[in-house]
Formats: sequence, structure tokens, C-alpha cells
Amino acid sequence: MPEISRDEVRHLADLARIELDDAELDHLAPQLSVILESIASIAGVAAADIPPTSHALPLTNVYRDDVVVPCLTAEQALSGAPASEQQRFSVPRILGDEQ
Amino acid sequence: MTTTLMSYDDAIAAFDPAMGLEVHVELNTATKMFCGCPTEFGAEPNTQTCPTCLGLPGSLPVVNRKAVESAIRIGLALNCEIAAWCRFARKNYFYPDMPKNFQTSQYDEPIAFDGFLDVEVEGETFRVEIERAHMEEDTGKSLHVGGSTGRIQGADYSLVDYNRAGIPLIEIVTRPITGMGAKAPAVARAYVATLRDLLLGLGVSDVRMEQGSMRCDVNLSLAPSGSDKLGTRTETKNVNSLRSVERAARYEVSRQATLLSAGESILQETRHWHEDTGVTTSGREKSDADDYRYFPEPDLVPMAPPTEWVEELRAALPEPLRVQRARLQAVWGFTDLEMRDVVASDAVGLIEQTVTAGSSAQAARKWWVSELTRRANEDGIELAELPITPQQVARIQALVDEGSINDKLARQVFDGVLAGEGEPDGVVAARGLAVVSDDAALGEAVDRAIAANPDVAEKIRDGKVAAAGALIGAVMAQMRGQADAGRVRELILEKLAP
Ligand SMILES: [Zn+2]
Repeated sequence: MPEISRDEVRHLADLARIELDDAELDHLAPQLSVILESIASIAGVAAADIPPTSHALPLTNVYRDDVVVPCLTAEQALSGAPASEQQRFSVPRILGDEQ
Repeated sequence: MTTTLMSYDDAIAAFDPAMGLEVHVELNTATKMFCGCPTEFGAEPNTQTCPTCLGLPGSLPVVNRKAVESAIRIGLALNCEIAAWCRFARKNYFYPDMPKNFQTSQYDEPIAFDGFLDVEVEGETFRVEIERAHMEEDTGKSLHVGGSTGRIQGADYSLVDYNRAGIPLIEIVTRPITGMGAKAPAVARAYVATLRDLLLGLGVSDVRMEQGSMRCDVNLSLAPSGSDKLGTRTETKNVNSLRSVERAARYEVSRQATLLSAGESILQETRHWHEDTGVTTSGREKSDADDYRYFPEPDLVPMAPPTEWVEELRAALPEPLRVQRARLQAVWGFTDLEMRDVVASDAVGLIEQTVTAGSSAQAARKWWVSELTRRANEDGIELAELPITPQQVARIQALVDEGSINDKLARQVFDGVLAGEGEPDGVVAARGLAVVSDDAALGEAVDRAIAANPDVAEKIRDGKVAAAGALIGAVMAQMRGQADAGRVRELILEKLAP
């Protein structure tokens, strides 16, 4: 596993909308490299007959039937919202363009 | 932009368009993609949500089998390969239309890939290659408060309804389509129309563009004529009617040609289509922010559709559109040219329903393709959006067949129905449109016509029956077109028998 560069960490932080100053970057970039290296050591354990997987369970095709189940009331749905209006979640002004 | 746009013809003479189309289709499953919330359109805000589609901690998604089935059927109908094994992925982005902060989608493992759809434009067939059809979920709907236009720009804050968040979507992506020349906008429209008809035939979606259950993004680039390199493309988002698909493509051809001809370059960006003004405007420039950090969705296990299931679905597919159209054409007795006009007017389904409602095919064609298509074009709307149903058209034709009205009066009945005056029979009564076939009333009108045209009457008495036309015309004029012309002719010939 190649070392993760300072620029890559900066890019990742930007994507995650985390503001990091230069000192934090200097501090975190080497740490992230160590973490990645530690995880990569698993590859050394895996034998050739163990294919890579994204899931812990050896399952496929877990489906449910297309049957409606009761959902939340609007009141319940909005109960955790910091603010609501017109039975909708109120969110701060969106900067930038629509996705 | 201050410069005048290059005309479409000039633009096409200098450049070749290449186009890619991305169509999002909402499936008509009863429940959402990953939870059992209902999917009905138009429900009160936030009444169709649960912890899963609200992205609350601890909730777990489970895939809707019916949605997978629909996706496979769409893939098969588009001549695609069906993946033997594929996964969902998280598409991470910061936007409040998804409460989870990611959209569950498919990335490099679409459920269907490498297909094609043949579309016809003015008798020429274009094979549109399908790169992929993948499953994902729809997002919530935002209402932007403040500002003048209801758009994001200038809004103070936004209000979000998550009823739509999690509704199953299929995104169908074409490969770049080239070699269309001037027909590119028509190919775009024909592709979306053909795809819509195919989906309708499969019964997997309502495909109502005006309700947003089918949405189209148009990617377009230009290359200098004769060159085969692709230019920089723009992506015009959410073009939501067949007419707009064609207009937006046409506009982008002219706009890009104008810039390129002036030595400027095309910005790779998202653009917005404005239905009212018929232009696209600059949206978001492609940037690093488009790095969505896709990774396999850990909360969902992979899908591996068994071959037997896929083959079972393949065997149960409806007849292909091309076959269906050929069959309808034969049943209806339309010429190739007539059928082409029917398809171009997007009237196949409407005619089918009108015939089911009791009309002859030729009469249904006449009204939808000639009369109503003209009216829809005048109003700048789709034929199907006219406020008249196939049943009403069939009823108007039945009134013609019964002799209650003639074609001329039928046009006035169309006026009335389209103006919201009610059902055809009501319009006939309210507007006093029924033809007069009452002998007493017609007899008087005939007598008056004979008296006013003694020389014509004399000719008819001498056996020149052809002259009767002039008297029929005079009677129709008196009766303001509301006379039964056949009966008038009979009466004239009786009264002027030699
Ligand atoms: Zn839900």
C-alpha cells in the first residue's frame, strides 16, 4: 500500500467538507498512512483461494415482497427535525447548484 | 449571451452533433426501493416515510424484489446483458434531498448493460446503443423559499419533502450517438418516445414526463463536420417533455456552434433548460466535487439473479414495439406513410384507445393526427396533454356516424370539449350543433334556395343533376352548416324531378 500523500488527504477533507489547516494536515496525513498500512496487512494473511469481498456474510439475493407497511406520520417523521415548516423539513440555504 | 445565435441549418452545415441521453424512470412499484413505504404520487408532504428512507441511525434497507424484476425486464427489452452478479453502491454527496447524505445507486456493476434500442425518424432507423441500465433511488423534493423565482439561487432556505426519497429509479444511459446530422434533435425525441412506449408496454412505470416519473438529461457535443473526434459536451438536465428534448438539443447545437465558430471553447458543465424561453443556461461546472467516493453498499448483500429467473422474465416479455406497430398497422389498414405520421404524432396509444372505445381506425387517425395534432402544436403542448380523452374522440366520431353532426360541426364539438365545456353530447346540445334532418325544416330551406336560384333549378329540372351542388351549398349556408347534406340532396332532387 503506497503512502497516502498530503494532497490526497487535503482532497479527501475537501470532499468530506472538513476544513483542515496546514498543521492539521501535517499531523493527520502520516497517521492515515499508518492506518491504511495496518489494514493492508490483512492482504498478507489472505490466501490465494480467498477472493476479496465487500460483505461479511456469504449471502446474495435478499429481497422483500412489494407490500406496503405502515409508515411514520408526518408528525413522527418531523419530530427529530431541528426546524420544520409546511409539514416539510426546513434546511439552511443551499449553496451552489442543484445536484 | 449577447451574440446572435447561429441558425440551426448553418450550425449543422459546419458541425456534427454527438449526443448521449440519460433517462431516469420511476418504477411503479407499490413500495420504495429499500423500504415498505408507499409510492403514491401527490400525497401530503412527509406522510410516506420511515426510518430507512429518512436515513435514521440503526435502520437497514432491504431490496424490493419487484423493482429488481422490473429492472431485469427493462434490461431484457433493451436487448441488454443481465449481470450474473452485481452490487449496490453508495454515491456520497452533500445535498439535503437525500437525508442519508448518500444515494444508494449502482456504480461499476449495473444490473443491465450492452443493449440497444432502434428508433425511427422519417423512415430512417437509428440504432441507439445502450451502455447500461442501473438501479437507484429517487431523491426528496425541495421547495425553495424566498428569492423571486422559486429556484435555489437567491432562496433564503429550503423545505424538503421526503415522500419521493427512496422510490425505485432506473437510469438508462446510452453510448454517444453519432452520424445523425441534422436529425439529432429528432432522434433524441424519437428515442425518448420509443423508450417511453417500451416502458409503458412493460407496465413497469407510469412514464408521465409531466409528473416527473420519466426525466431526461441531454448530453451534447459538436465536432467539426467530417472530423470524428468528440468535442466538449454539456449536460442539459431534467428536460421533461418530448418536445423539450427536441428543442433543448436543437438549442444546444446552435449555441455551441456559435461559440465554436467564434473561436471560443465549450465549458464542460451542467445546463438548465427553460421551457418558457426555449434556452439553456449555465449551471454547475464539472469539478472535483463530482468525486462521489462510490463504494459498495455494506448494508445490502449482492444480487445474483438466477438464470432461470431471467429466462422466465425474458419469455414473458410483451411483443417488441416494432412487431406491435406492424401488427397494429395491419389491423388498422394504414399505409406506411399514415403509420409514420401516427408514430411521429405520438398517437399510437391514443388511436388504440379510441378504437377500443368504438371508433374506426381511420376516423381515429384522422382526428388525432390531422385535427388534434395541429391544435396541440398551436398550443405548444404534447398531443396527450390536450384536455380530451380517446373516449370523447370516439363519441364525437359516433355522433358523426349517427348523422347527428357532420365533420364540420365535429370540429366545433372539439372546440367545446377542449375549452372544458363538458362531454361531446353536452357540447352539441349547449352549442345547438346537431344537424337538421327534419324534413319540414329542410324542405322550407330547399324551397327558399330554389326560389333564389331559378336558373339552377331549371338546369336540374332538365336533368343536369350535377347542378344540385349549388343548391345544397345554398341550403347549407342558410342552415349555418347544420343540415344533413345527404337528405338535402334527396329533397332537392325530389322537388325538381323532371
Ligand atoms: Zn421508508
